[in-house]
Amino acid sequence: MGLALLVIIWLITFFSTYFFVAQTWWLPHGAASAAAFIDHQFALTYVLMGIVFVAAQGALGYLVWKYRAAANNGPVEYSHGNTKLELIWTTLTAILFIGLNLMGSHVWASERFEPAGPGAVPVEVTGMQFAWYFRYPGADGKYGRTEPKLMDPSAGNEAALGLDTTDPASKDDVVTGTMYLPVNRQVDLTLRAVDVIHSFFVPSFRFKQDAVPGLVIHMHFTPTEIGEYEIACAELCGLGHYKMHGMVHVVSQEDFDKWLAAREAEKQ
Amino acid sequence: MVAQDAHAHAAPQGFIRKYVFSLDHKVIGLQYYFLALVAVFVGMFLSLLMRIHMIWPTAMLPLIGEIKPETYLQLLTMHGTIMVFFVLTTAPQSGFGNYFLPIQIGAPDMAFPVLNMLSFWTTFVAFVVMLAAFFAVGGAPLHGWTGYAPLSALTNSGPGEQLGADLWITSIAIFCIASLMGALNFITTILDLRAKGMTMMRMPLTCWAWFITAILGLLAFGVLLSAGILLLLDRNLGTSFYVPLVVVNGQVMGHKGGSPLLWQHLFWFFGHPEVYIAILPGMGVASQLLSTFARKPIFGYKAMVYAIMAIGILGFVVWGHHMFMSGMSPYSAFAFSIMTMAIGVPSAIKTFNWLGTLYKAKIRFQTPMLYAIGFVSLFVSGGLSGPFLAQPVLDIPLHDTAFVVAHFHLIMGVAAIFGMFAGTYYWFPKMFGRMMNETWGRVHFVITLIGTYSIFMPMHYLGMAGQPRRYSQFTEVAYLQHLMPLNRFITYVAFVTITAQLIFVVNLFWSMFKGPKASDNPWEATTLEWTTSTPPPHDNFGGHTPVVYHGPYEYSVPGAAKDYVMQTDPAGVPAH
Repeated sequence: MGLALLVIIWLITFFSTYFFVAQTWWLPHGAASAAAFIDHQFALTYVLMGIVFVAAQGALGYLVWKYRAAANNGPVEYSHGNTKLELIWTTLTAILFIGLNLMGSHVWASERFEPAGPGAVPVEVTGMQFAWYFRYPGADGKYGRTEPKLMDPSAGNEAALGLDTTDPASKDDVVTGTMYLPVNRQVDLTLRAVDVIHSFFVPSFRFKQDAVPGLVIHMHFTPTEIGEYEIACAELCGLGHYKMHGMVHVVSQEDFDKWLAAREAEKQ
Repeated sequence: MVAQDAHAHAAPQGFIRKYVFSLDHKVIGLQYYFLALVAVFVGMFLSLLMRIHMIWPTAMLPLIGEIKPETYLQLLTMHGTIMVFFVLTTAPQSGFGNYFLPIQIGAPDMAFPVLNMLSFWTTFVAFVVMLAAFFAVGGAPLHGWTGYAPLSALTNSGPGEQLGADLWITSIAIFCIASLMGALNFITTILDLRAKGMTMMRMPLTCWAWFITAILGLLAFGVLLSAGILLLLDRNLGTSFYVPLVVVNGQVMGHKGGSPLLWQHLFWFFGHPEVYIAILPGMGVASQLLSTFARKPIFGYKAMVYAIMAIGILGFVVWGHHMFMSGMSPYSAFAFSIMTMAIGVPSAIKTFNWLGTLYKAKIRFQTPMLYAIGFVSLFVSGGLSGPFLAQPVLDIPLHDTAFVVAHFHLIMGVAAIFGMFAGTYYWFPKMFGRMMNETWGRVHFVITLIGTYSIFMPMHYLGMAGQPRRYSQFTEVAYLQHLMPLNRFITYVAFVTITAQLIFVVNLFWSMFKGPKASDNPWEATTLEWTTSTPPPHDNFGGHTPVVYHGPYEYSVPGAAKDYVMQTDPAGVPAH
């Protein structure tokens, strides 16, 4: 049984590690400025944890086989432990875990401690059961007032958000069901939810943030590649959670300006 | 000693007092165990239906029909809740703890036998109320076992969020009360009823684990109880603890000013210690068994005790790592992250000491030991995904994906269940006076180990690729399509692994009546439960009180007559 255990544990270790190393399934292609940092930290963590994983499972398999009663006629070592080894091990793991954490923390700080820089594209994202709406404030740079009692999800876009058309700031607001962003410009994101918690998750941007009713959350990110990217809701929001899906179109600055101007014109 | 005499009670006579409303901690322990056994099969069945729906969303199942997306979420909610409360909290602590804690410390019963009976029957009522949610109009709630508000606080946020959700919260509240009573009883028993010579540092590590778990339960369940009551008030009396002004499907709700994050803070203040409530008893059992079957003292007993304490304390200051993406301050995320990484240190100490125990040992491979070794392997595998999720930057891509599902299933689900299997195979002879079948035990072990790894290891890959958890179908999102083969593989393996659990059940019940008779100490172990007869008499030690002379893991002592020295053996062991 000792040999069987060794084989089983080692095989499990081999297959688990193989699919990580081969990257058969991996993080989706990164298309935002944070992706490089996050993927690097992920790879580093994965290499270190991978070493610990293989070492620990390898040792477990080896020890149960090596010291099986059937093959061990020598005396058992009567020992209650070894304080020195214990201290070394404790210190090493503490350095490993805390150090790993500190290495990643500057990325977290740059993503979440700082507000969006000047010149960022303002976009408001609103989650509701089971759709995402995107609002651009227009030339005045101000979002118009929204009124809960005006919200009509069945009418979509402006009406779904309950945009108060009596507010002058609302005149040039553009509301869409698909997100358009210019490439290589920081996005000044405002996140809201009207009913329950949703989570704005764009795997390719390495971006995720809950949208919480009652909170207005400001975030930023910078898409770096032209293309179409999927948005998935990542917080359980009700029976349509699995289909609360949206698209981000990252386009050139020129195409973005054209698209926004066309939407403004449609509105008039 | 005075305390022990005061609460001793005569053996009951009638069937009802002996087996139903019993005051005997052994009977109550078995009652908890069998309640958890029923619950685990209900929970497993629900997960199988979920897996079927994920890969065949429109399949017509016999008797059940088609599973709809909302039904999937109801199954998911009930699977999680039943497993966490009525299996992982019930069997390892209340089941085995009730049965063996008093015996291992040399007490005739728990400190408060009536309270003990009450906690079991309160738990039983909670379970019945939980199951009743299935039959409520609209069905069981769909808000997940974490019950995030406002989804859980509004009655029109989805199917099942009416009576079903009220029953769900009520059941959890009742369960909290039962757990508080149980925790008080455990703590008092350990502090007051230890036999002569049973100092704290001579207690088996199982007792230490039950002790710290009870303290965690005492501090955590009170908070969940309060949180649950506030949620009931929000739902039924129009208060706004958790709900701000919200508009559901165009309808302005009457709430304003509440905080959805308040629920998350209260819930996870309970929820994170709950993880350790589920796993600590398994760690205790693994330590006990590794030493016993390796015929070697546990490596670093004191370090093991301090590690359990450290895990218990740190477990209360890490709850925010569930909330990195919630809108909580990013500065506090930083603090929670450091504390969470720190909890990896005592966990690593335990792993190191388990491996150290096996070094230069003489390992016997009976079924209980196989499960203890499996526990160590799973604990390592489930634990090492922790440092990914504990870093806020890595939590950005991984939070709420299948990666998290893989992580907590391996460590608090499967590892904890391996602890229960280990405990069952180990203590079965003492509880029922017969041995379980070894061959079928091995078959069950091999299938379950390979099966659970094959189910949960691939979920890491799914999560890395961005598959969100709690998606009933993968039809709507294009990038999830290429993950379907892996999802199918998981469902197939789940089928086999769940079916293989019948081997365990048959072995359990068959051995109860037909297994070979067990001796008083079939594993040649040292702790007090192996000094008494099999099964133990009503007062555990047949009228006398044991006196303890040694620590719990004196194996292969040089110069001793046998390769183990009972805790009650007055013969000396060398100082160490």
